[in-house]
Amino acid sequence: MENRSLVTIANYSKEKILYLLEMAHEFEKHPNRKILDGKVVATLFFEPSTRTRLSFETAAGRLGARVIGFADPKVTSGTKGETLKDTIMMVSNYADIIVMRHYLEGAAQYASEVAPVPIVNAGDGANQHPSQTMLDLYSIQKTQGTLDNLNIFLVGDLKYGRTVHSLLTAMRHFNPTFHFIAPDELAMPESYKTYCRQNGIRFVETKEFNADVLSDADIIYMTRVQRERFTDLMEYERVKDCYLLKEDMLFRARANMKILHPLPRVNEIEYSIDDTRHAYYFQQARGGLFARQALICDALGITLEDIKNDKTIIL
Amino acid sequence: MKRQELQVAALENGTVIDHIPSSKIFEVINLLHLEKAEASITIGFNLKSKKMGTKGIIKVADKFFSDEELNQLSVITPNVTLCIIHDYEVTEKKTVCMPDELTDIVRCPNPKCITNNEPMKTRLHVVDKEAGLFQCHYCNKVLSIADAKLL
Repeated sequence: MENRSLVTIANYSKEKILYLLEMAHEFEKHPNRKILDGKVVATLFFEPSTRTRLSFETAAGRLGARVIGFADPKVTSGTKGETLKDTIMMVSNYADIIVMRHYLEGAAQYASEVAPVPIVNAGDGANQHPSQTMLDLYSIQKTQGTLDNLNIFLVGDLKYGRTVHSLLTAMRHFNPTFHFIAPDELAMPESYKTYCRQNGIRFVETKEFNADVLSDADIIYMTRVQRERFTDLMEYERVKDCYLLKEDMLFRARANMKILHPLPRVNEIEYSIDDTRHAYYFQQARGGLFARQALICDALGITLEDIKNDKTIIL
Repeated sequence: MKRQELQVAALENGTVIDHIPSSKIFEVINLLHLEKAEASITIGFNLKSKKMGTKGIIKVADKFFSDEELNQLSVITPNVTLCIIHDYEVTEKKTVCMPDELTDIVRCPNPKCITNNEPMKTRLHVVDKEAGLFQCHYCNKVLSIADAKLL
């Protein structure tokens, strides 16, 4: 059987990305359906992630699937010493598809090699988080009307932030210009800058963060400095408040400029910005629902054509 | 020219792995699992060498390795010479070349990689042969083969 698992979108073609985004758009028009009636979706969260789990479970539930799984690794046999393979093989007996979040890097790739059912990677350590990337692309396309030729500013933790790394890779098809804004300790790793050069992606690196710098942005992608990715807490304390976005930094911003954030936010976006036309992070999370509906369906072999001709829509 | 006495006895049939840096000889033994072999094996250690100062040599009687097995050696000793012997004559000389993929030979250096936490084989793909850079198939970390630790 063809392996339909989604481990990473790093190798996805431009066509495949646009195809999945179109599918997500269909789900936004009609999110409630019975197209997965009779299917069982397992969500295995070996690392807790409330937001991602709720989004996947809602995505599956609104398409009529039943959801099984666990939200907290403490309740699983992993704590008794069971291997990942054994857990995956066991759950494969019950579910048609497994959505998995794991704290170890490469766990999703390995699971997809041993599992008889498709695996959807909901994040594996600091490695890949493809559904987040899909929803980021969906928000960018939706707010800008296109993915092509955009000025995208990545701000904050560019070293450990896997969402910015994945976004960078996925955007290579669309002729973007990136601005990397980060303190030295959290600068974009050299390997990704090499990647940009090899793929003809233009980028500017700066430590400046003010109204002038932000005035030609189409997208400002803010990130949280994640405490859990630091081994050195002194370093965390030093850099956590480096780049905070304030409302008075937006007076020169383009009308079309939108602020994205993978959430949860701590303090990196001033709360008063929520009420401006530039704030888009909550709608972005809503788009995650449709992006994940598309990813689940694609992994189960349901095509865009099937979705356009779907007779199970609940109006 | 008078032929000097050989430092290690000649082989009737089998494989000679020559020009092994002395410090790497035990790694070569481990990598080819020679400690489990039943063939008679001569191991020379700290032998004099014009090219290298001192060198190691391994002669394995009546055993011919596959290219795949021998190419694994490139990970630790890229410059070894291999001689295939039939009836006391060298019938073939080979050098090793870096394979495109290393399966279960070296450890991924990332402690958070699934391969270091699950009973499974490691897999690394070559990224840059000349620079000796490999990438973990699972966690995508890139490592230099010079820093690689054998399993």
